Amino acid sequence: PTTMLCTKFGEDRPLGGRVCLTSCCLQMMKNKADEEDYWNSSKFKAFTFDDEDDEFSRLKESKRAVNSIRPLVDEDDDEEEVEKVSWSGEPVGSISWSVNETAASNQRTDREPAFPKINTDTTSISKSHSGYSLSALFKGETHRCILGKDNTLSGDWSPEETVQRMQQGKAVSLEKFRSLQDKLLLLDYAVSAHDGNVITAPLWDLFVFPEVLFRELTDRQTALRHFIHYLTESKDQRLLLELLRYLPLSTPGLPLLQYKEHLGIADENKRRDFLKSCLSLPFSPEDSVHVEDHYTLLERQIIIEATDGHAERGGKQEIFQKFPRKASILNMPLITTLYYCCFYHYTESEGTYSSPLNIRQTFKLSEKQFFVTALAARAKLKAWPDVDALFTSRNWLGFTRKKSPLSFQRVVDVLHKNSAPTQVLQDYVALVDDAELRITLAQKHKCHDIVINTYRDLKDRQQLLGYRAKMARGSAEERKINELLNNSQIRWKN
Amino acid sequence: MAHSARTDCPELPDFFLLKRLARDQLIYLLEQLPGKKDLFIEADLMSPLDRIANVSTLKQHEVDKLYKVEYKPIVSTSDQLCFLIRPRIQTVKWIYVANADKATGRFRRYKIIFTPQKFYACDAVLEEQGIIGDVTTDEWSFYLLPLDDDIISLELPEFFRDNFLAGDQRWVRTAGSALHLLHSLYGPFSKVYGIGRCSKMAYESWREQVEEGEQKARQAEIGKVFLIDRDVDFVTPLCSQVVYEGLVDDIFKIKCACVEFGPDVTSSDKSIKVMLNSQDRVFNEIRNEHFSNVFGFLSQKARNLQTSYDKRRGMDIKQMKTFVSEELKGLKQEHRLLSLHIGACESIMKKKTKQDFQELLKTEHSLLEGFEIRESISFIEEHINRQVSMIESLRLLCLLSITENGKSSFFLCSYGVDHLLTFANLRQLGLLVEQQPGETLTVMESKVGKLVNDRTGGKLSDAFSSLAKKSNFRALSRKLNLVPKSDEEYDLRVPRDMAYIFSGAYVPLSCKLIEQVLERDGWTGLEEVTRLLNGHEFAVTGYGADSKAKNDAQRIILVMFLGGCTFSEISALRFLGREKPSMLFLLTIWLMETPRVSVTLISSIF
Repeated sequence: PTTMLCTKFGEDRPLGGRVCLTSCCLQMMKNKADEEDYWNSSKFKAFTFDDEDDEFSRLKESKRAVNSIRPLVDEDDDEEEVEKVSWSGEPVGSISWSVNETAASNQRTDREPAFPKINTDTTSISKSHSGYSLSALFKGETHRCILGKDNTLSGDWSPEETVQRMQQGKAVSLEKFRSLQDKLLLLDYAVSAHDGNVITAPLWDLFVFPEVLFRELTDRQTALRHFIHYLTESKDQRLLLELLRYLPLSTPGLPLLQYKEHLGIADENKRRDFLKSCLSLPFSPEDSVHVEDHYTLLERQIIIEATDGHAERGGKQEIFQKFPRKASILNMPLITTLYYCCFYHYTESEGTYSSPLNIRQTFKLSEKQFFVTALAARAKLKAWPDVDALFTSRNWLGFTRKKSPLSFQRVVDVLHKNSAPTQVLQDYVALVDDAELRITLAQKHKCHDIVINTYRDLKDRQQLLGYRAKMARGSAEERKINELLNNSQIRWKN
Repeated sequence: MAHSARTDCPELPDFFLLKRLARDQLIYLLEQLPGKKDLFIEADLMSPLDRIANVSTLKQHEVDKLYKVEYKPIVSTSDQLCFLIRPRIQTVKWIYVANADKATGRFRRYKIIFTPQKFYACDAVLEEQGIIGDVTTDEWSFYLLPLDDDIISLELPEFFRDNFLAGDQRWVRTAGSALHLLHSLYGPFSKVYGIGRCSKMAYESWREQVEEGEQKARQAEIGKVFLIDRDVDFVTPLCSQVVYEGLVDDIFKIKCACVEFGPDVTSSDKSIKVMLNSQDRVFNEIRNEHFSNVFGFLSQKARNLQTSYDKRRGMDIKQMKTFVSEELKGLKQEHRLLSLHIGACESIMKKKTKQDFQELLKTEHSLLEGFEIRESISFIEEHINRQVSMIESLRLLCLLSITENGKSSFFLCSYGVDHLLTFANLRQLGLLVEQQPGETLTVMESKVGKLVNDRTGGKLSDAFSSLAKKSNFRALSRKLNLVPKSDEEYDLRVPRDMAYIFSGAYVPLSCKLIEQVLERDGWTGLEEVTRLLNGHEFAVTGYGADSKAKNDAQRIILVMFLGGCTFSEISALRFLGREKPSMLFLLTIWLMETPRVSVTLISSIF
């Protein structure tokens, strides 16, 4: 597919370590060779205007004060503008006060611009949801009143009016909503008003009978979610867990909420035990596999950590002396664990917990996952024979050839990121199939031989000539190119 | 390249009024606590506060010292403490000073100012701590912060999470109130369009507030309003940004229209903070441009600048004086701005070339186009296996799942099983769409599935089978023509549609919807599209406003993204505003602290 990128985010032309801007706008500057030079000369050259120029530097100096350029952050902008406004210094009552003032010129009209109500999928409210008439439960009566802005408390409002007043921040009394039914009705009106703030308010009143509240909430998903969120925010773990206990097991996400608890357990043994207890939770089939893996992994990490910590302190094993461990392996992701094991325990037989092969088996890692990780780990150690061995496969005739589940382009990238030297890189660059890609990579990693050979194979004399110009005078590469160019056997295409 | 401003543009409303209102109200509230007082400010309120008032303003109103609200004992010796906070339970809990003072027998006055409003839950916390009588509370209705000529922000980072993830509707009224404020200052609106559940609720809340209050007839400055929920279009914020402003945000994080450029950009040893808005003339010309165009522009500018400087050669003293007094300052400033943005470009290039950006873009574009899906899946898989940037991996995975319904457990191997929770959250949001196994498998595909059906290969077969299942995005993309025909050259210098913001590969769904609805003046003809988007669309007319009035205001459209939007979307809407003189001039609002939705929304859910 063509995505028509004019931008080229390649690393084609690094110039002295600085990313060359020009490569990106080649498209538009094709015909402006001088402009290229201009840009290649690094950004600040372009702007330091002739320091030797006395006249100019004197000018610069004498006028420094004049030129104290206004800071880019126009902090005082507001200040200036405030002065424009006739600021009387008097405290301003409210937004509406100011609005009135600014809109003074406008006249009143009847309240015309009425927009229609739209249906916001509210569940209709029936007066008797609940089968409970539980006056007996009203032992812990609360006398709540919510004081609003005007701090007045009067009137006898319906649930609907009460909710409306609450939305407007006016004073209401929740005292008259005594029966469970009334309280739930109030809650339902709050839900239908779509105001989360107001929805939470009646919930505290229902706290007095948690058992009933929780049961009622299962039929009121919106209110339930508000309540869970409120409890999560106020970090009321106890009540939250209590609430979860009352919810039917089928409530989506419930096992995960319990699983989440493990994040709060710092001690690794306790955490492992907790994870074990999670295994019986009714996760989805897929999640349950993951949780099991999580448990198995942590169990194993605890063993590895103990053994390796011991070995490191003992000072007997060279690898730990040479490459001290930077952090504990506990609670690291699976791939990180695999990397760690490829780093410290590469040659172990499959029988040990820390053997990379064992890990691959136990967690059923894909070939690619294993390959990339082992590659990176062995490259980091500069264990090039190991790296080489990863690719070796024999065909039925017994010949070895290099095979990779990863494209060789990506292999080169992994090796490069692990600072492999050019000699190593070129073996793999040579295996990139696509000639153009091979040349790009070879140029990037300075594998001159490959570039030269590829141009030779492409019979591209012009490119070879161009490349010669970039080689050092008298270098082996230059000689090689010269030989090729003088070779009359080759039929150049250009 | 730099798009010349149209001459027939209607004038944008003056948002300075919003700042003044907020400032006046804050001063009023501060004076409610006469005498010297120390002010404690919630950390993320500081930048917004800076935009509307400054320290000397506060000092004028007897604020003595300024502190950040933190969870630690208060050292202030003042007898009056004032707290300026968001209505967050956690923060309210931090203010336990009243109880601490009681224990030591100290008497002080305490006042908490909540902004933009107080929640009942906050009162409950104060009640729980037994200090509700000791502490007085107030509300500072600071809803909207103008960030630029055409951008206003609600600066509520939790809006997205609370609303879409936790299902908490506490900010619905806030959104309605913000709209109400704009309506009373710049309205009356003649028409409101919208899509999404939250948009509907916000509309209702606003409508009720309009009915509660009084209306004044005034000359409208904003004609129409478009409300859109962020979850209507998750694809767009998941795509890598390639317009300049978006890239700057990706790399340097724009906060409150302000960015901090580090030493690598400034080529000195210090960082500087820069305001990025239309006041910055250089920035203003490149902000909406595709990155590939920016260099050409900057280089042209640099040459012009050099020419201007060169003029001084051969000047006599008098001419030189004039030059210095009239031109040099401007040139100097331009020089500074230019070198900053060139530095920023270099830094962006450096970071992007490091991370296979080209290939990443290719993968994204393939996913959007529904082409070479297997290659894309394999790219994402390798990206994950190599444990490269987690956020990027997650972003790609979400994009894959939304566009193709795929998924992957590789992720959990590379970044930890804990992320089961992340996935649960993403699923809740609709950012990760997983299909039921075995669903809509053809015989052929189930065979392939069986071949690779061990646990690792299973994911692949899932991705396979999803190819058959038509995902909504694919259908939407076809219906709305989101992916331009690939066999035509796309000249990024002369964009022909909004797709330029994604290198010509994709027209952002959100902006396309807005365009379509405004063009049709409603949802007629888009029934299939709204069905695919799960409905909740509306278009309502205020019968008071004389919509026949052909004034300029009717061309000014307020777009409110409930849950945040990206700079790319802003650029796309600005483009639309330039292209469609008959109706559009856009004004964008977002409700997130930062519009870096893709990163923020993903990282906010762990």
